[in-house]
Amino acid sequence: MHELSLAQGIVEQATAAAREANAERVVAVQLKVGRLAGVEPGALRFCYDAATQGTFLEGSRLEIVDVPLVVWCAHCLTTVELPGVQSFRCPTCATPCGEIRQGRELEIASLEIAP
Amino acid sequence: MSQTRIVEVRAGILKKNDELARALRARFEEAGVYVVNLVSSPGTGKTQFLERTLTELVARGVRTAALVGDLETDHDARRLARSGAPARQINTHGRCHLEAEMIGDFLGEWELSALDFLFIENVGNLVCPASYDLGEALRVALLSVTEGEDKPLKYPTMFNSADVAVITKMDLAEACDFDRAAAHAAIHDVRPGMTILEVSSKRGSGMDDWMTLLHDRRAAWHRRARDGSA
Ligand SMILES: [Zn+2]
Repeated sequence: MHELSLAQGIVEQATAAAREANAERVVAVQLKVGRLAGVEPGALRFCYDAATQGTFLEGSRLEIVDVPLVVWCAHCLTTVELPGVQSFRCPTCATPCGEIRQGRELEIASLEIAP
Repeated sequence: MSQTRIVEVRAGILKKNDELARALRARFEEAGVYVVNLVSSPGTGKTQFLERTLTELVARGVRTAALVGDLETDHDARRLARSGAPARQINTHGRCHLEAEMIGDFLGEWELSALDFLFIENVGNLVCPASYDLGEALRVALLSVTEGEDKPLKYPTMFNSADVAVITKMDLAEACDFDRAAAHAAIHDVRPGMTILEVSSKRGSGMDDWMTLLHDRRAAWHRRARDGSA
């Protein structure tokens, strides 16, 4: 389980960003997690609570925003959202689509800070 | 009640690892060493496959070395060293994956420019290693015929992040009622067009194709590096 390493990464990055913004405290961290990021949200939440103890982020909320898997279909000449991560085929024309345009994200989008 | 405000951040959580991996990749390119990251679940015969790979490369006069990630022991490194190639163990002390920082630390005094290939055997785990770039040029996902044809569908992130799939223990395929077509279809479901090799590390079948693939990929990589810098 690498979610603890990830949670520690969040603490580091968010702390730096919050201090740069002269935050008094961090209320919430908004995280973008792609469907193909290899992250289990439940495990990440659990680790987040542990990793934030005694840090600038203690008591803050973790808001996870799911980013869907979007690929390019070379047949339809458009991007399409895939319903799952088990089949990389265009839902419209069934062409195999390997070119990922969205869905690998694992990033802090924003922080809610006080004041 | 205090006011709050929102600040945009847009920082990747794996930024530190990604930066280290980028530096490693530049170092490997500079030295001309082609780095292969092997990932699989436990029990796919990854160490046996790597041992056979190193032995065959050494026999062909190819300069090669290996880094082996393991939770606690150094059994694998000792086993791999029998091939004649230098092997070093990275003890992750319980961590479920290798990170770029560990690779940098464990390269030690190895003269990278004296190597053609460096193999990294990742920790047996099909989830976590997918997220960590180690600066490798090629990521190879192994699955064995004993694991079931649908393994790639259970671990799509890992198979999608890999460049090549190697099906191991082909000598047991018949005994396991292994359905080749179904396995290939599952791999292509999660990674359309992915190159698939089938090997038996025990019998040696498929190893020639694997040697050819390594040679070809390294040559293409060299051409790209040369053209890129020209
Ligand atoms: Zn289509």
